[in-house]
Amino acid sequence: MSDAIKSQVRAFIVENFLFGDDSTPLGDEQSLIESDMVDSTGILELVSFLEERFGVAMADADIVPANLDSIARIAAFVARKSEPVSG
Amino acid sequence: MCGIAGYAGTLPRDEAAMLLRRMSGAIAHRGPDAQGVHVGNGAGLGHRRLSVIDLSADGAQPMQSADGSVCIAYNGEVFNYIELRGILEARGRRFRTASDTEVVLQLYEEYGPEFVTHLNGDLALAIWDERRKRMILARDRMGVRPLFYTWHRGAFYFASEVKSLLQVPGIEAEIDPFALDQIFTLWAPIAPRTAFKGIFELPPAHVMIVEDGEARSRPYWALSFPEQDHGDVRPQSEIAEELRALLDDATRIRLRADVEVGSFLSGGLDSSIVSALAARMAPNGLRTFSVTFDDTEFDESAYQQTMVQALGTKHHAIACGPEDIAGIFPAVVWHMERPVLRTAPAPLYQLSGLVREQGMKVVLSGEGADEIFAGYDLFKEARIRRFCGRQPSSQIRPHLFRKIYPYLSSLQQQTPEYLAAFFGTGVDAPNDPLFSHRPRFRATAGAKMFFSRDLREALAGYDAAEELASAMPETFGRWHPLHQAQYIETHFLLPGYILSSQGDRMAMAHGIETRFPFLDHRLVEFAARIPPNLKLKGLREKHILRAATADLLPPAISERPKQPYRAPDSASFRGPVGDYVDEIMSAEAVSANGLFNPQAAAKLLEKCRRDVATGFRDNAAFVGIVSAQLWSREFSNTVSSRSREAAI
Repeated sequence: MSDAIKSQVRAFIVENFLFGDDSTPLGDEQSLIESDMVDSTGILELVSFLEERFGVAMADADIVPANLDSIARIAAFVARKSEPVSG
Repeated sequence: MCGIAGYAGTLPRDEAAMLLRRMSGAIAHRGPDAQGVHVGNGAGLGHRRLSVIDLSADGAQPMQSADGSVCIAYNGEVFNYIELRGILEARGRRFRTASDTEVVLQLYEEYGPEFVTHLNGDLALAIWDERRKRMILARDRMGVRPLFYTWHRGAFYFASEVKSLLQVPGIEAEIDPFALDQIFTLWAPIAPRTAFKGIFELPPAHVMIVEDGEARSRPYWALSFPEQDHGDVRPQSEIAEELRALLDDATRIRLRADVEVGSFLSGGLDSSIVSALAARMAPNGLRTFSVTFDDTEFDESAYQQTMVQALGTKHHAIACGPEDIAGIFPAVVWHMERPVLRTAPAPLYQLSGLVREQGMKVVLSGEGADEIFAGYDLFKEARIRRFCGRQPSSQIRPHLFRKIYPYLSSLQQQTPEYLAAFFGTGVDAPNDPLFSHRPRFRATAGAKMFFSRDLREALAGYDAAEELASAMPETFGRWHPLHQAQYIETHFLLPGYILSSQGDRMAMAHGIETRFPFLDHRLVEFAARIPPNLKLKGLREKHILRAATADLLPPAISERPKQPYRAPDSASFRGPVGDYVDEIMSAEAVSANGLFNPQAAAKLLEKCRRDVATGFRDNAAFVGIVSAQLWSREFSNTVSSRSREAAI
C-alpha cells in the first residue's frame, strides 16, 4: 500500500514541481521545502492532489510539514488517513 | 533627456562620423527632437536630443566650450543648474546660452572631474577634454540614467543603451551566464555586469576617466547609514518638518522645464504626495497619468479617482487589458535589454506611450519613497522573521505573515507551521548581511531549476547571493537591520531593476523623461539618518512620510495600506496574442538557445496554458524563459531587424 502511494506521490511531484526533470535523485525522506520544490501555492496543489487521488479529507490541522514535507511523510499520512476507523 | 554615444580611440574621421550617427540612431527613441555628432582628435561624441530646457538650437549637443577644447554630450537634467550658473557667474564666467548643458560644461572647466559633486540631478554624461586627451564619464548618484561601455580592438565605446554599442562592427551580443544567474536569483545583474557578456555599465555615483588607453572609475558619492544609536535624535515633529521642506524643494526644482511637466498617479501614497505637491506649484493646473487594470486584483483606479477629484487635475488613464502585455512584451524586452522575471515593466511602457500621445515629454514619479522611507513589505517581513526567530516554537507569531501579505491568497490559506517554514529561511543567522532578503532570493532562485544542463555546468559553484553579500560596505554590519535591508534595496535593486527596467527604459522608449523628487540626494541622505522606528513604526510603513504630508492627501489615501505595484504574469500570455510564445518556447527554439531544459519548459508552458501555474516560482520562471528567449531573438544577431530599423 505504502509503496504504491509513494510511487503515485513521486510521479505527481516529478511532473508538477520538477516539470518532468527526474535527472536529480529524489529521496523518500528529502524535504520538499528545503529542496525548494514547493512554495505556498505548491502546498495547495499537493493538498488538492491528495484529496482527489486518495479521497482523504484534509483538515487545516493536517496541512503541516510533519505530514507533507517528504514523500515518506505524505505516504504515511495518506495511509493513516485511509485506515478504517476502528471502535 | 536624451541619448548619448561615443568612443575614445583612433578611428578614421569619415568612418567615425558615420559610426556615431549609427550609434545615436539606434537610440533615436531617447531623443527624437534633434541629433548631432562631434569628431575630435582621438574621440567622438554622438547625441540624440529631447528638448526640455532651452528649446532653441543654442541647446544643441554635442556642445563645445568657447575655445573648442572641451566637448560634452549629456543625457538628463541638472535641477540646480540655475543656482550653479549663479555661482559660476559670480566667479566671472559668462554664458552664451540659457541651457543647463552649458552650465555643466563650464562647471567641468572650473572644477575638473570633481564637478560632479556639485550636481543635483539625474544624468549620464561624457566630456571629451581635447587638451588633456581624456574622456570623462559620469552617472547620477541614484542611477536614474544609464551608461554602458566596452572595449573593442583597442578603442573604448560607450552609450546610453547597449543596442547602440551593437552598431560597432565586431561587437556582438552574447548572454552572460552569470548575469542570467543573478537575474534568476536577485532580479538584476550586479553592476558593472550586464546581461551582455563583455559589456558593462558604469555604476551609479561613479565617475570614469579614460586616458592613455586605460579606464579608471571611482565613486564620488555613497549611500550610508548611521551606526546604531547615532541617527537623528530630534522629536518626530521637527524631523517631519524638515522632511517636508526638503520634499517641497526637491519637487520645486524638478518642475523646472521649458515644457509642461505632468505626474504619474498610481493611487498609492507616494505618487499621490508628489502629484499633490506639484499641483500646488503648477499655476496652470497639473496633468496626471495612470494605468488601470481590467483585473481587479491589480487595479487601483478607485484610489486614482479619489486623488484626481481631490486635486482637480486633468487626468488621463490607459487600460491594461488581458492581452496587452503579451502584445507589447517583445518591444519591452528590446528596450529593457535583459531578461526579467516579471511583466510589471510592460504596463509602464503603455503608460509612457499615453504621456507621449498627449504631447508631453516630462513627468514626475513617486518612485524611491519605498526605498528611503521603508515602504516595502519585505522590510516588515524581515522584522517579523526576527520576531519569530526569537521563539521558533510559537504557533501565534507566524500569523503575522498573513497580515502583511493580504493580497497573496495562497499565503492566507497556510497553517502557522507552513508559514514558519516558508519564511524560516535564514532566521537562525540574524547577522547574515542578506538576512532580510534570503526568503525572496531563495524563492526566486527556484526558477533556476529550468536552466539547461550546459548552463548549470557553466555556473557550477557560483552563488549570486554570496557575490552580492560580499559587496556590502565595511560599515554595513554596524547599521540597524532595517537600514541594512534599505541599503540592499536602494543601492542594488533600485538602480538595477526599478529605475532601469521599470523606469528609464520604459519611459525613454517613448521619449519621456521621468523625474523623481524622492531621489533628490539631499532627501536620501536626510532619510538615512531618520531613526528606523520612525520609518517602520511597528508594522506601519513610511510612518514619518505620512506624518509630514498628512495635510496634502485625503485620509482614504494617506491611511491606505501598501499595495505593491504588480501586473498579471503568465496569465497575460494565455490568449491568441500570446501565441508567439509557442514558437519561442518550442523544443527546437529552447534547445537552439541552450539556456533552458526544453522538456521542462514545455511542461511549464502547458501548465500555464491550463491556468494552473499560479505560484510565484512558476510565474517567475515562465516570464524569465519567455524574456530570455526574446532577448536572444532580438539581440543575438548583431544587427537585428529592429536595430536596423532604428539605425536607419
